[in-house]
Amino acid sequence: MFISVFDVLGPNMIGPSSSHTAGACAIAHLAQKIKSGRLKEVEFTLYGSFARTYRGHGTDRALLGGIMGFAADDVRIRDSFEIAGERGIAYRFIPDEKETDVHPNTVDIRMVSESGTETAVRGESLGGGKVRIVRINGVSVDFSGEYNAVIVIQRDRPGVAAHITRVLSDKGVNIAFMRLFRESKGETAYTIVESDERIPEDIAGRLLENSNIRDVMPVQKEER
Amino acid sequence: MTDFKSAKELLVLCGKERKISEVMRQRECDFSEAAPEEIDGRMRQVLRIMRESAAAAIDAPVKSMGGMIGGEAKKLNRFQSGGRSLCGPVIGRGITFAAAVLEVNASMGVIVAAPTAGSAGIVPGVLLALQQEYDFSDDRMVDALFHAGAVGYLAMRNATVAGAVGGCQAEVGVAAAMAASSAVELMGGAPAQSLDAASTVLMNMLGLVCDPVGGLVEYPCQNRNVAGVAAAFTAAELALAGISQLIPFDEMLDTMYQVGKRIPYELRETALGGCAASPSGCRFCR
Repeated sequence: MFISVFDVLGPNMIGPSSSHTAGACAIAHLAQKIKSGRLKEVEFTLYGSFARTYRGHGTDRALLGGIMGFAADDVRIRDSFEIAGERGIAYRFIPDEKETDVHPNTVDIRMVSESGTETAVRGESLGGGKVRIVRINGVSVDFSGEYNAVIVIQRDRPGVAAHITRVLSDKGVNIAFMRLFRESKGETAYTIVESDERIPEDIAGRLLENSNIRDVMPVQKEER
Repeated sequence: MTDFKSAKELLVLCGKERKISEVMRQRECDFSEAAPEEIDGRMRQVLRIMRESAAAAIDAPVKSMGGMIGGEAKKLNRFQSGGRSLCGPVIGRGITFAAAVLEVNASMGVIVAAPTAGSAGIVPGVLLALQQEYDFSDDRMVDALFHAGAVGYLAMRNATVAGAVGGCQAEVGVAAAMAASSAVELMGGAPAQSLDAASTVLMNMLGLVCDPVGGLVEYPCQNRNVAGVAAAFTAAELALAGISQLIPFDEMLDTMYQVGKRIPYELRETALGGCAASPSGCRFCR
């Protein structure tokens, strides 16, 4: 893994903590890209050190800011409670200090859209602003947001992966990493494809031609 | 591809002609496949944020989220304007800037982690104080940041910069090593002298524990950033005076890492020991 000079002198961020503030924001920022529809309600369950110190680190404001699409260096994070209020987004924070079988800086984010669709995402803040998403709607995944990615929600059926790679190849997308995760045989599965190039926005239409594919979410890397 | 995995390899790449900052910029260009102008532009943004965070709290102090700090930079600035500063203009300004950045950080302002948020005051403190004293151009400052980045990269690659892993010596120690090494280049020293300064800092901060009161990045973090600035300047001065070090930077980095791993859990960012566990510090325990 290449360590950039901007990994050393960076991230540019709202303080006070790269793991508890910038990382928290980054997790929520990724989570809001994974949901579909306009956000109405969001609930954050905090574990480990997040649960113990979230107020003094502004973890709550950073999570809420991230969920509204603010980047880690966006000064609006300070006012995210007020801004969420103005936008009519209901939010709550639940510290869970009992659960210890998780990474020390873990958050579960449950999002409800205006149409009532629920999306649950679990993220871990790994330090220095680096994060990963480890669970989507109960399915274990592993996804960092450091590449351009497309998340495909599908039924676990033969030929779906072949369809995905064919469409990507037709669109000229070079696959850097591709991983499959599933609940259980024949049930919902997730394919996460990561690429160096931007994922074409019109890729969803082509992918959805396969009736076993239920949803497609391009998650582009942040331009810096 | 320009790349190096150790200070020793870095010195070979520098040879007699090149500066550490040049090698680091070239490495970034090679790996990121971005144009030099784009990378310099990003580094100028880093410099801009550093400068703003170092200035803001001097004029407009803010109370921290945890309520433990706020107003220190303004007090330092006022005291130093009174003509009775013990530290002199360069170190004096350096510590004021460092205190200011930590104050901004602790009150949810914008900062650049360098290499971490808890040690973000040292690199801007040292470099901006030198710029004020010697009128270095912003281009020179951008070079200085690439240099600091090279030292921090080696620490990230070959040791750690996380207080939870290696204690404060890995955060404030590394930040001060980055600043010292860069300051030597800025003042005309050779690459080997720079890395000697970095080595000296790690030696002098060896074993420093991470014991934040209440688990927050406030106290003693701000004081430690001030100490880091002083450690960086003294180490750079030794190097510029031609005093070489017995233990090279690569070895000192490994030593720091080994010591860090032996620091007890209570003294690695858990707020269970050290200052955090003192009776007064414990008033902020939950």
